[in-house]
Amino acid sequence: MDFEYAPAPESRSVVDIRPSYGLFVGGEFTGGHGEPFKSIDPSNEETLAEIATADEADVDRAVKAARTAFEKVWGPMPGRERAKYLYRIARIIQERSRELAVLESIDNGKPIRESRDVDLPLVAAHFFYYAGWADKLGHAGFGGDPRPLGVAGQVIPWNFPLLMLAWKIAPALACGNTVVLKPAETTPLTALVFADICRQAELPPGVVNIVTGAGETGRLLVGHPGIDKIAFTGSTEVGKQIARTVAGTGKRVTLELGGKAANVVFDDAPLDQAVEGIVNGIFFNQGHVCCAGSRLLVQESVAEELLARLKARMATLRVGDPLDKNTDVGAINSAEQLAKIRELSQAGEAEGAGRWSPPCELPQRGFWFAPTLFTGVAQSHRIAREEIFGPVLSVLTFRTPAEAVEKANNTPFGLSAGVWTEKGSRILWMAERLRAGVVWANTFNKFDPASPFGGYKESGFGREGGRHGLEAYLDV
Amino acid sequence: MSDRLSVRKTYKLFIGGAFPRSESGRSYVVNDGKGRFLANASQASRKDVRDAVGAARKAFGGWSGRTAYNRGQILYRVAEMLEGRRAQFVDELHATGLAKPAASDEVDRAVDRWVWYAGWADKVGAVAGSANPVSGPFFNFSTPEPTGVVGVVAPDSPLLGLVSVVAPVIATGNTAVVVASEPAPLAAITLAEVLATSDLPGGVVNLLTGRRAELAPWLASHMDVNAIDLAGVAAEDVRELEVAAAENLKRVLPPGISDWSAEPGTARLTAFLETKTVWHPVGV
Repeated sequence: MDFEYAPAPESRSVVDIRPSYGLFVGGEFTGGHGEPFKSIDPSNEETLAEIATADEADVDRAVKAARTAFEKVWGPMPGRERAKYLYRIARIIQERSRELAVLESIDNGKPIRESRDVDLPLVAAHFFYYAGWADKLGHAGFGGDPRPLGVAGQVIPWNFPLLMLAWKIAPALACGNTVVLKPAETTPLTALVFADICRQAELPPGVVNIVTGAGETGRLLVGHPGIDKIAFTGSTEVGKQIARTVAGTGKRVTLELGGKAANVVFDDAPLDQAVEGIVNGIFFNQGHVCCAGSRLLVQESVAEELLARLKARMATLRVGDPLDKNTDVGAINSAEQLAKIRELSQAGEAEGAGRWSPPCELPQRGFWFAPTLFTGVAQSHRIAREEIFGPVLSVLTFRTPAEAVEKANNTPFGLSAGVWTEKGSRILWMAERLRAGVVWANTFNKFDPASPFGGYKESGFGREGGRHGLEAYLDV
Repeated sequence: MSDRLSVRKTYKLFIGGAFPRSESGRSYVVNDGKGRFLANASQASRKDVRDAVGAARKAFGGWSGRTAYNRGQILYRVAEMLEGRRAQFVDELHATGLAKPAASDEVDRAVDRWVWYAGWADKVGAVAGSANPVSGPFFNFSTPEPTGVVGVVAPDSPLLGLVSVVAPVIATGNTAVVVASEPAPLAAITLAEVLATSDLPGGVVNLLTGRRAELAPWLASHMDVNAIDLAGVAAEDVRELEVAAAENLKRVLPPGISDWSAEPGTARLTAFLETKTVWHPVGV
């Protein structure tokens, strides 16, 4: 029997998108001197707003505003006062969370169920968590009176626009730094609402500056001599460029880059739970997740049964309108990203892997890609080596735990990994050997402000979250 | 004066627990503080760097898999062996131009530094790790883990500086490929003899002597090296090495310390650690 869902759209009326947006510098919204660009709704390709581009002079202005605020106001301010500003921001985010969730889904394409239940609660929690650190830094294990670094230049990606902003701004401000942040060019809107939140919180001008633009604006920010610290989340390729740019300058850098996580399922795992974890691991946020469980490593003896259950589960995923509360998989964020996912999926077929997607009707307009899995994947295949950053799962098999470890670690990345087994000692044995910054055992894609996150190897360096996340913004 | 002719030592490299000559067959002259000939040291090549990295990678699984207690025991054993050879090291440092009392003082400090780091092996996890109170039914903990193979460009302080950069790297379970001081490499090779007799598994520390300018770029660009300590690199060479290190996103510890007798703190220990966070649901 086939049940139909009635549409359950979230109202857009809570959001008021202006026709154009400027930069946020020194507490004011100002124009940019670069060529403006458009942010579109990836679910229907309609233009949402025109956004200013910051050129060299604009970036310089923002860095100077941040420097002044650091020296005159934010740096000298007692931690307990900084804390209260951050608590204010956390509360305003909670108050405006519905508006921010809807706007995030419109600008990014992610399902409202995720922006509402995952992104926004985590954003508020992150500010709330780091607010509490601002007056306790002397107890964090970095000496009695650890000092801030100064002005932080922060460049964030489009997959979790507001959450990545929170991961960057909350610890930086708690430690006494000021920031110039560049949101991704396809998802700038929630960052600009955040600027308004800073004004509502009466955050001193210049403590938070938002400069919008594409890669060139990011390069200008990273290369600016007035920046003391660079924090970047994005691709490994750009991360390496940044590391080269910064070489020899003495600027501090933390990088949170790509991944190709193995999700390892042993034959004693609770298969239905594992299936949920696999689906959450790779189809959460359309697979636009650096720590996505994009390589399923399943023990040979249960591979057939697991795949049958996984396919049955995938067939129930609802792909479509991001603002529909029943939607599981939303729109791909951009035409460019869609082209990349298609190209790698075609490479998967061309290299001999078996492609499968459930029957799935995709909307006519917008950027869409059906949940997809590949079987018969070899470790040498591009779809087993390169980050696809889309709803595409590569399935490999193994026989022994040692083989699982060998295959899981056979990647230049090392951001995350998953383990599914009922045997506790095996979980810990695997967790010891997996070369990844986050290991989810019998769960996947869980995040919390108290939990350090970040990669090994070419997934970058530095940690965000927890006590460890403070180190990135302190002169230690 | 005795008419017995002394038996000199051939100073070779230390790779994978063995003492080979450079595959290149080259050597270079090492003089004493007054410019008199002391010895010919091996002049390592790119291929020696490659072999040393291979040995370090091979040793990493075993060394990082030892218990922290066992690593601490072995590092302490290094201190014991070093103490037992005090006279030899004092003579060797004296030959580089250090007065006897200063040479003696430097050996004392080097021994004490091994002891300091030996004790850290089974404590750094408690200090750098954490149990994280996440808002959900999960057990969540973070532990520091070794970064992997660490390239070390040692400073010119021939023994204390060398010990100060090698001990923190291996105390936490990393393995090391070390480029010794170019003008004063002999104590490094004698230290290798100490390491070779301290139950330290072969390959955990690999020591190369030769031209820094030739070897450091290969180490910085090697794709199977996870991190690099630039302690002995001149300021004007840092940029080029950091650019090379970016190719596989090595963790880079820039130079900055000149007084190796100062209290070391934990910065060099934590520079080559990764934080791993493990989640598991709590339930019945």
